[in-house]
Amino acid sequence: MPLLEPRANPSVVMQWAAPLIAIGLTLLVGALLFYSLHVSPLKAFYVFFIEPLETSNGWSELVLKASPLILIAQGLALGFRARIYNIGAEGQLLVGAICASGVAIYSNGAETWWVLPGMVIAGAIGGAFWGAIPAWLKTHFNAEETLTTLMLTYVATLLLSWLVSVPWRDPDGSNFPQSIMFNDSALFTLLFDGLRINTSVFITIAAVLIFWVFVSRSFTAFQISVGGQAPAAAHYAGFSSRKTVWLSLVISGLTAGIAGAGEVAGPVGQLTLSLSPGYGYAAIIVAWVGRLHPLGIVLSGILMAMIYIGGDAGQVSLQLPSAITGLFQGMLLFFLLGADAFVNYRLKRRKPRALIKEATA
Amino acid sequence: MIESFFVHLIPILIGTLGAATPLVFAGLGELVTEKTGVINLGVEGMMLIGAVAAFAAAVATEGNLAVGLMAGALAGALASLPFGILTLSLGANQAASGLALTIFGLGLSAFIGQGFVSYSLSGVKPIAIPLLSKIPLLGPVLFNQDIVVYLSFVTFGLVAWVLAKTRLGLVLRAVGESPEAAHSIGYPVTAIRYGAVLFGGAMAGIAGAYLSVVYTPLWVQNMTAGRGWIAVALVVFATWKPARLMLGAYLFGGVTILQLHAQGFGVAIPSQLLSALPYIATIVVLVLISRDRKLLQLNLPASLGKPFIAGG
Repeated sequence: MPLLEPRANPSVVMQWAAPLIAIGLTLLVGALLFYSLHVSPLKAFYVFFIEPLETSNGWSELVLKASPLILIAQGLALGFRARIYNIGAEGQLLVGAICASGVAIYSNGAETWWVLPGMVIAGAIGGAFWGAIPAWLKTHFNAEETLTTLMLTYVATLLLSWLVSVPWRDPDGSNFPQSIMFNDSALFTLLFDGLRINTSVFITIAAVLIFWVFVSRSFTAFQISVGGQAPAAAHYAGFSSRKTVWLSLVISGLTAGIAGAGEVAGPVGQLTLSLSPGYGYAAIIVAWVGRLHPLGIVLSGILMAMIYIGGDAGQVSLQLPSAITGLFQGMLLFFLLGADAFVNYRLKRRKPRALIKEATA
Repeated sequence: MIESFFVHLIPILIGTLGAATPLVFAGLGELVTEKTGVINLGVEGMMLIGAVAAFAAAVATEGNLAVGLMAGALAGALASLPFGILTLSLGANQAASGLALTIFGLGLSAFIGQGFVSYSLSGVKPIAIPLLSKIPLLGPVLFNQDIVVYLSFVTFGLVAWVLAKTRLGLVLRAVGESPEAAHSIGYPVTAIRYGAVLFGGAMAGIAGAYLSVVYTPLWVQNMTAGRGWIAVALVVFATWKPARLMLGAYLFGGVTILQLHAQGFGVAIPSQLLSALPYIATIVVLVLISRDRKLLQLNLPASLGKPFIAGG
């Protein structure tokens, strides 16, 4: 006996209520989880969500983590609207970081103005290139982008591992697999003394505005959305699905690549194996929770950054396992997808007993 | 000369079978799931959950393999349940739900596994099958393996037989080709798909169990390293045919083992780039098979990825 019946029209209220329901359910299960770990849920939530925001450093870290998540998710959301599932943003981020680091390393400590812009451009090109490969494989060989983008992420990880272990390893780094520390001309300027937040956040702010205008005003964005929601209609209207594939993957690769450049030229300050705590994967969740909307993504990006920061804080002050961050991320997406069902469906209403009696009487 | 060739070849082939076995289990499970029209991209997550559950159970029972495998299968099936509820009862997007399962599985397995990082198991000894193991070349490769490898042969036989020759196989395929038609002649489409999803989960769990209890035998965070995704790709490569899936799995096992041996022989290619070979090979085989759209269309379960809610 099916429990659901389709709604006549998708529910606009549920469309925006679903993320809130998902957040609520995640917190509820989180509370149970904390309880089972013998940690008071109230104390845990305080450590996770309030304590980090009591200091200026906490706010700085929040923006620093939200920024790449929002930037990557903007690009991904464009593709998701078209049902092009780029799940390899992590790899595109790494290649962006690699290319940006290449500029920093080969500019040889030059104290000139062009090093940093060069790094951002190289990161953008690197990420876009890593996204273009699956686009080419999809348009020319019909290969599924979900699988190719993900496989390329593993390739990017191993490429990074080789670069920092052999050709780009810091000769004075006591054999650690990491590059030299970059000098100031290869780093974004800090906004405040003593805080890690830097000028790269302006790139994200600009990107949000650009995507907002692009999505709400441009015909190309409209074509992309139609291609996802009604492929037959898109085909009938003569919208090119090839163009959609290329745009989706190259743009999402580009934003991820810039995010990668922002990490090596920002808080990380060098090329290392651990330069991304899974931003590329988390951004997938950010895009969905933000309803694939440029402004919604800003809110969900901040939420995801809080989960990251809370996870770190919980590890330090409550001795909670670090894996709890991943657990929360997965739960959030699960609950969101479940709540989303009620956008298009509703619970089947049983006929009231009185009515049945009347009918049979 | 020939003698020394075999001396090198036999360990490579033996290793190939071991490396391929997780792909065989996970791939066969995903193949059955996809046959009913459901694509589950959560194989990687289910394998990880299976791996950590099996490892925990094996540690608790001082290395009992059967307990480990059963715990892996059970955990994998349980892990597939939220995916089933989302996609089959709530009509959620299958790609997104599978991805959610993988992200969740990564987090959950790391969370549970934190207490097991320092443990190790003694592994499982190979069992030589009398007479058969004495056949030159084939004997030591095929008939002097651990029991799970034999189990994978049996599973392959069963899956191939059920899909091709039995009424159950016919029903599974009918549901995948046209859920509307299967529903209208009275088959419980949703229940059948639940069954296939749970089976896929159990098989992925066994694949993970093999990795953590037999192959490594250790628990390491994210130890599947993309094997779940390779298994999903293998199903496409196999054009949804069990025999081709086996071929694909052994091909990949071979690539994995060859690059390990190449590293051992000191081939002048950096080890990291050799390690990338299985992932690049996955892309190459996907491209080779997908470029033939007709072949793919002909074999693809017609309702793959499309939600079906009875009366909806």
